[in-house]
Amino acid sequence: MTCHNCGSEKAVVHLTQIVDHEMRTLHLCERCAAEKGLETSTVPENFPLTDLLAQLGREERSTVADGSPSGCAFCGLTFQQFKESGRLGCPHCWSTFEGHLRGLVRRIHGGSQHVGKVYLSPDPTVTEREKRVETLRKKLVRAVELEDFERAAEIRDEIRDMEPA
Amino acid sequence: MEGSLPFDEFGLGWLDASGEHPDIVLSTRVRLARNLQGFAFGPRARVNDRAAVLERVRAACGRVPLLQGGHVQELSALNPRGRRILLERRLASRDLVEDNGTSPPRGTAVVVSPDRPLSMMVNEEDHLRLQTLFSGLRLQDAWDLLDDLDEELGREVAFAYHPEFGFLTSCPTNVGTGLRASVLMHLPALVLTKEIGKVLQGLGQVGLTYRGLYGEGSEVVGNFFQVSNQTTLGKSEEDLVDHLDRIVRQVIHYETQARQVLLRDAVGVTEDKIWRAYGLLRYARSLSFSELMNLLSGVRLGASLKLLPGLRVYSLNKIVIFTQAAHLEEAAGRDLSPAETDVHRASFVRRILAAEGAVTPDDEPSDGGATPGQTR
Repeated sequence: MTCHNCGSEKAVVHLTQIVDHEMRTLHLCERCAAEKGLETSTVPENFPLTDLLAQLGREERSTVADGSPSGCAFCGLTFQQFKESGRLGCPHCWSTFEGHLRGLVRRIHGGSQHVGKVYLSPDPTVTEREKRVETLRKKLVRAVELEDFERAAEIRDEIRDMEPA
Repeated sequence: MEGSLPFDEFGLGWLDASGEHPDIVLSTRVRLARNLQGFAFGPRARVNDRAAVLERVRAACGRVPLLQGGHVQELSALNPRGRRILLERRLASRDLVEDNGTSPPRGTAVVVSPDRPLSMMVNEEDHLRLQTLFSGLRLQDAWDLLDDLDEELGREVAFAYHPEFGFLTSCPTNVGTGLRASVLMHLPALVLTKEIGKVLQGLGQVGLTYRGLYGEGSEVVGNFFQVSNQTTLGKSEEDLVDHLDRIVRQVIHYETQARQVLLRDAVGVTEDKIWRAYGLLRYARSLSFSELMNLLSGVRLGASLKLLPGLRVYSLNKIVIFTQAAHLEEAAGRDLSPAETDVHRASFVRRILAAEGAVTPDDEPSDGGATPGQTR
């Protein structure tokens, strides 16, 4: 079967859609499928960042103006520049492009919520402190499991210092 | 023989072949990517930003107990060879050292602890790359030590952190924990028995990836594979480290099994390969780095299987580092042409192997024949 779109290549992607209560099946070659933004089953597990970045603009074009002139207020990086380099310009970029980045981060890491260490900035809020104590408790359990009692004692002291008297 | 680098033997503790499974695992490395609040990241940073970041880090280092008495080495103050030595010792990345004829960007530096296997790159892609490097398989220890440094440093400078995304990085592939743990493994038997493909494919399925000796973008030489976590967000640091540890132990198990298969089904061919490799290394007058690494792989396998008794893994580890071009130039005290480098390399290897003394198998057959290993 040849591709319904270009009519020359062999169709390898068979997409069945239901549009207006009507079932339609599209047979596409790999290139035409990719152009339509369809992932083929041969996409490797760890596809590189550049491919994800290329997808990024495509799917968000409908909702957000691609490469909007309003770049990062701190470093001036535009979204288009990020797409080209794959590197953000400064910590503020993460807030500026939060919506785009959340989707990207999910595709790279399988989620967007950090569950590791909670960092306590030099002037922490109460919630930050609570979260921090929570991670310290987990660490304490681990240290005890590993029978690293010296470390456990240090962590216990730190928890004690952080909790209200 | 290391010459005049300010660090002498710094960063080479991991050569000592301590830690678990030192014959299969060369080294364990953990690194954390951190950025400072209020400054543009490396690639977009202006000279002033980089200088300010370095000054803050320098001041903080003076107050961080784990870095007391440490050394802050600005890359612009080193000659190209000195910078390449840092790269060869895995204390600096290719990006930080980039030898394109110009001096590296101002503000780039490497910070090294005087007495612990801790170091830090300043103003690479991220403001800070904290790293620890241990001999053999020691992921827990490596993580615990690096965690301590991260805590101490985080009290002195304000890290860029987001409640959802975690520690913010220049590249989204590092965000979250910013943690990359990697284990440098020597897997010759899996390669010889052609099982390696399955193992590497399996790594991908459990969220791990592999690289060559020099990390990202480097090819695999001498059957050395650097196995590391692929994702950095969504799991705690401990889980990332534990997961890697579990899988690495599994790979060690496969490698050990493959070695037993070699000894059982192909002992003649295996012994021949190993002794030929030893003979070439022991007597060759010129060796390219890739030829050396391939031969060294055979010799390392032989030492591990006790087919080359008396060879210490430490000496083989030393060969890997000191036969790299910049180290050979440093030892020679001058620049070397590629041909000269190969000659110096072979000479260094001969000296190390000669110092190891005679390598003779216990069960040397009585019918004689040329034995490349009978030294002196």
